[in-house]
Amino acid sequence: MKTLASPGLITRIGAPISVLAAAALALIIVACALLASWIAPYDPTNLASFDLMNAELPPAFTADGDAHFLLGTDNQGRDLLSTMLYGARVSIMIGGGAVLVAATLGVMLGLLAGYFGGKVDALIMRIGDVILSFPTILLALLVSGVARAVFPGAATAEWAPIILICAIATNEWVQYARTVRAATMVETAKDYVRAAKVIGLPSRRIMLRHILPNVMSPVLVISTINLAAAVLTEATLSFLGVGMPPTYPSLGTLIRIGNEFVFSGIWWIALFPALALVILVLAVNIVGDWLRDRFNPKLRVKR
Amino acid sequence: MLKVLLSRLGQAALVMLVVSAVSFVMFRYVGDPVASMARENASVEEKAELRRTLGIDQPVVVQYGRFLARTLSGDLGISFRNQRPVTQLIAERLPATLELVIIATILSLSLGIPLGVLCALKPNGVAARLVQALSLIGISTPTFVTGIVLILVFAVTLGWLPSFGRGQVVELGWWSTGFLTWSGLKSLLLPGITLALYQLTLIMRLVRAEMIDVLSSDYIRFAKARGLPTRYIHFRLALRNALMPVITVTGLQIGSLIAFAIITETVFQWPGMGLLFIQAVSFVDIPVMAAYLLFVGLLFVIINTVVDILYAVVDPRLRARSA
Repeated sequence: MKTLASPGLITRIGAPISVLAAAALALIIVACALLASWIAPYDPTNLASFDLMNAELPPAFTADGDAHFLLGTDNQGRDLLSTMLYGARVSIMIGGGAVLVAATLGVMLGLLAGYFGGKVDALIMRIGDVILSFPTILLALLVSGVARAVFPGAATAEWAPIILICAIATNEWVQYARTVRAATMVETAKDYVRAAKVIGLPSRRIMLRHILPNVMSPVLVISTINLAAAVLTEATLSFLGVGMPPTYPSLGTLIRIGNEFVFSGIWWIALFPALALVILVLAVNIVGDWLRDRFNPKLRVKR
Repeated sequence: MLKVLLSRLGQAALVMLVVSAVSFVMFRYVGDPVASMARENASVEEKAELRRTLGIDQPVVVQYGRFLARTLSGDLGISFRNQRPVTQLIAERLPATLELVIIATILSLSLGIPLGVLCALKPNGVAARLVQALSLIGISTPTFVTGIVLILVFAVTLGWLPSFGRGQVVELGWWSTGFLTWSGLKSLLLPGITLALYQLTLIMRLVRAEMIDVLSSDYIRFAKARGLPTRYIHFRLALRNALMPVITVTGLQIGSLIAFAIITETVFQWPGMGLLFIQAVSFVDIPVMAAYLLFVGLLFVIINTVVDILYAVVDPRLRARSA
């Protein structure tokens, strides 16, 4: 262990076996979530499949539990396990979407800033500085608040995911832009780019075909950790009531619903989705932390 | 020195101008103030009259100027939802949030510094590894989950502590404090811990990194070679120097904590500014949102500017670089 120059949190805790376990766990959760419509015992999106008579049943393993509902039911009588699987799917799709949008936007702006420098660079990076100086959650709330004011339909199941993705991506692109900008500046000074410029290739082609492939590896590493962060931000927004509506819940929405029942001793509605969320994020974080240490020790300083 | 001071203040004013412009744009263009203020079935003439009284028939620059003038005189408009002046609403809620932030800062410092030192002094010890593993779990657990678990354990199951509100408060002029009553202090505990945990990991990691850095420096090695007692080296020589950046970061974090308190306040129904803001977002109460943005922006700018200026006073090298 001592041979590693500066072991990160993960390498310090254990051998990569823990990382492998975390990766496997993350993959299993993601797979279960994506296959929710096949493996979930009930379909929580189908109104006919649940009955208000079954509302707030405790988990099957407790004294008054019902064997039909392994983790109990929520306030509308939906099977909690099925609702959680569908909820995790919503969370992961929004998180993944946000990372995709943020990475695309950040990489493009980073390429532009690093390649052209000067005023373009200054403008993009100053905007990034301002964004980073405000806390993520505040900006995300502002974006979703403004979106709600502008489109009346913003709180509906169709629009909410798009607005959440925009709200999260607004924060996350900066990190990509900074990393890609730095890498692009290094590449731009190299001979192959100078040669490409000399033979008169258009800037667009040089940036996308020549520089981009060489600056992509840190982007993939950042994306893992950002996925965990995006899932957390989505959960937080939904918990605060400005995310997914209860009819089409994400894990955060489920925790919000459950929170109203905690005082009456109905703990499972909030606790099981919370547990699923923490395990998912923890597993992704462990993998991400390890990747970061493994492939790019320089990135670690940023957090 | 004067030049540095002026340039810092100039930058601060510029950022505030941008924040106020964003706030103005929200205030003016997001949603239609006439639609939300005029009574139903208002005629075209009535709406035009309302437009004139609100001043929104004027050119944008004039409107922005008026907005700035009103803001500077402390008039931030009237909440759509409560029909009360926004300034008054924020002033009422400010003490609750600040007391929460103060408690959270005290808690996170008093736990984070010793734990960070422990991890730095015995990096391979059992305790240090445990703390590190827990801190990874801490990063992956959202604040609201921590809050809910605390409520479940201490309020619902054990019934020791209240789970919502501020308890009894005492009015000291316009400031209402929960520090002076037993129920107020008890109510502060759970939300305070929840908010502190968010910052604890950060402080712990920072103390650990700084401490490891300082411990490997020359003067500590000389102190060891001289045979000074270990306790003296660790706590008088090393810790003091490691704490400098910690103090700065804690100061800078106060702004983030106030913004982050939004989540804690929602979980515990804590009647602070964060709860006011989140209600404003869900009811699209634009004046309150705009005012909160201005207020938090101002806070961030003040904190950053003060820290920058203090740095310039303390460290002459920075003065030369920035001038």
